[in-house]
Amino acid sequence: MTSVGFVWKNLYRKKTRTFLTFFCLFIAFLLYVALGSIAVVFSIDTVSGELGANRLQTSAKYSMIDDIPKRYVDEISQLDGVELVTHMSWFGGYYQEPSNMLVTFPVNPSTFFRVYPEYEISDEHLSAFIETRRGMVAPLSIVEQYQWNVGDIVPIGSQIYPQKDGNYTWEFELVGYYVPEQEGQTAVLLQYDYFDEANAFGPGSVGWLAIQITDPQLGPEIAQKIDSMYINSSDPVRTATESEANRQFLAQYGNITLMMSGILIAVFFTILLVCANTMAQAFRERIAELGVLKTIGFNDYKLGLWMLSEAILLSVLPAIFGVIIGMGLLVGVGSSGAAAMFLPTPPMSVVFSTAISSLALAGALGVLVGAIPALTTTRMSIVDAMHA
Amino acid sequence: MAFIELTRVVKNYEKGSEVVHVLQDLNLTLHEGDFLALMGPSGSGKSTLLNLIGGIDQPTAGNVSVDGANLGNMSGSQLAKWRSATIGFVFQFYNLLPFLTAERNVELPLLLTNLRGSQRKENALTALRTVSLEDRAKHKPGELSGGQQQRVAIARAIVADPKILVCDEPTGDLDRQSAQEILALLETLNDRFGKTIIMVTHDPLAAEHAKTVLHLDKGVLVESEQAEVSA
Repeated sequence: MTSVGFVWKNLYRKKTRTFLTFFCLFIAFLLYVALGSIAVVFSIDTVSGELGANRLQTSAKYSMIDDIPKRYVDEISQLDGVELVTHMSWFGGYYQEPSNMLVTFPVNPSTFFRVYPEYEISDEHLSAFIETRRGMVAPLSIVEQYQWNVGDIVPIGSQIYPQKDGNYTWEFELVGYYVPEQEGQTAVLLQYDYFDEANAFGPGSVGWLAIQITDPQLGPEIAQKIDSMYINSSDPVRTATESEANRQFLAQYGNITLMMSGILIAVFFTILLVCANTMAQAFRERIAELGVLKTIGFNDYKLGLWMLSEAILLSVLPAIFGVIIGMGLLVGVGSSGAAAMFLPTPPMSVVFSTAISSLALAGALGVLVGAIPALTTTRMSIVDAMHA
Repeated sequence: MAFIELTRVVKNYEKGSEVVHVLQDLNLTLHEGDFLALMGPSGSGKSTLLNLIGGIDQPTAGNVSVDGANLGNMSGSQLAKWRSATIGFVFQFYNLLPFLTAERNVELPLLLTNLRGSQRKENALTALRTVSLEDRAKHKPGELSGGQQQRVAIARAIVADPKILVCDEPTGDLDRQSAQEILALLETLNDRFGKTIIMVTHDPLAAEHAKTVLHLDKGVLVESEQAEVSA
């Protein structure tokens, strides 16, 4: 037996209590990694980053669910400082079952991949997408997930747009795939022209515009000009940089960072009490034993260190499991199109930094809850301990 | 030469504003290899005296010298180290750690030495063999009888080969037969292995096993048999 072995055996002497405390901490740290990473995404510009610096986004002024006229594409293209304009619409698509939701946008293939160069597609697949009336391209991850092959006719259901015959299930031909630069981009792109002609709500509308500008410095000026152009029309718009637009979109959920921070603080305050209670109970139960160990010759500091080590183990071990499972969950969410549609997937760098801060927090928690029992152990006289 | 020497020892405790005088101007001299039984009514100061000799408490006044070491001059850490090398403790209620096997309990004091794991294990088994419990090495305290637990406690007390055994009512929680076994074991440790034993007991039959019997009353040694004592 070693000192480490002794601490380990002490930790597990009340198995049920230790297991329950472990479980509480496991859940807390799982939440911390999962919610903490997502909260970071909501608080920083991780969505568009450098690549989005020269893009503006124009959408309906009052609600993102309102469409805007497609003619705005051509009109805005004429403005000074505007290099290229493309458009997207929210299709509300799914594959086979509504539960298999897909992020699905009808787009203009000719302009989309020029405005979004971070979506890498081969010339062959791009040409096929442009030329195929019912064409569709998907990210490679989705193609592999559903085991589609180029040339397949894929039924895509829409929760918003029926065809003119009232059928909500559309058929598109998979003509290629693309590889997004950033993980978690799972948009399935549909040929807009076919969608525009066939949908029951009529042609000529798009969801929003993505505008590539020549100089990021001109962004505010161009945005203001675009908004002014349509301010008195029946379809006024709101234009912002892509990062700002993303932030506004995420803000629809409310102040996520604040909410998640609130939840995590509440969870950790409770966990602190649970852990402190466990350690206090463990300490009280073994006061006489500590007296015996001191009598045998173990010095105050060694016993205090054991007590502190036990508290740190109590909090760090479940934290390790919670962090691993939490990271696994985030990776799972990132690879699931349906989940990623509602929750932005944090980049792995954010997940790793949250994981490291979790473990640091677990260590600090251990020190916090172990400090008082450890100090009391060092200060306790043998005579008092033996009479406890 | 005196092995254990207490000179004009006073021990007081403060209980709120009241001062409780436990030991009063006590002098005691013991030689190496003695087997002393300390008797007296509850509250007479027996355990306090034992604690002072064992280096787990300090006198209010006076000197305690054990094997040439003046305990009053030692810091807490020095006393802990000294105890681990010099004193083996046996308690009334055994005070074994319930989550460790007998072997592990006996091995505990050896964690304070530089012995390797295999050597610690061997020494622990030797100590258990000395108390005739080698076959129970893997049993936890809850799986042993009171007498067996006390023998494990004695094995723990002797495993580091201390010169002195301090026993606080070692038979107080045992039936007569188990008590006799423990007392016989203590006698063997005193006779064969030369351990100096100081034993607190209420039991006159237990005291008969000692070479010297002292009686304490209200912190004062009131009578002695065979010992070199002055009060």
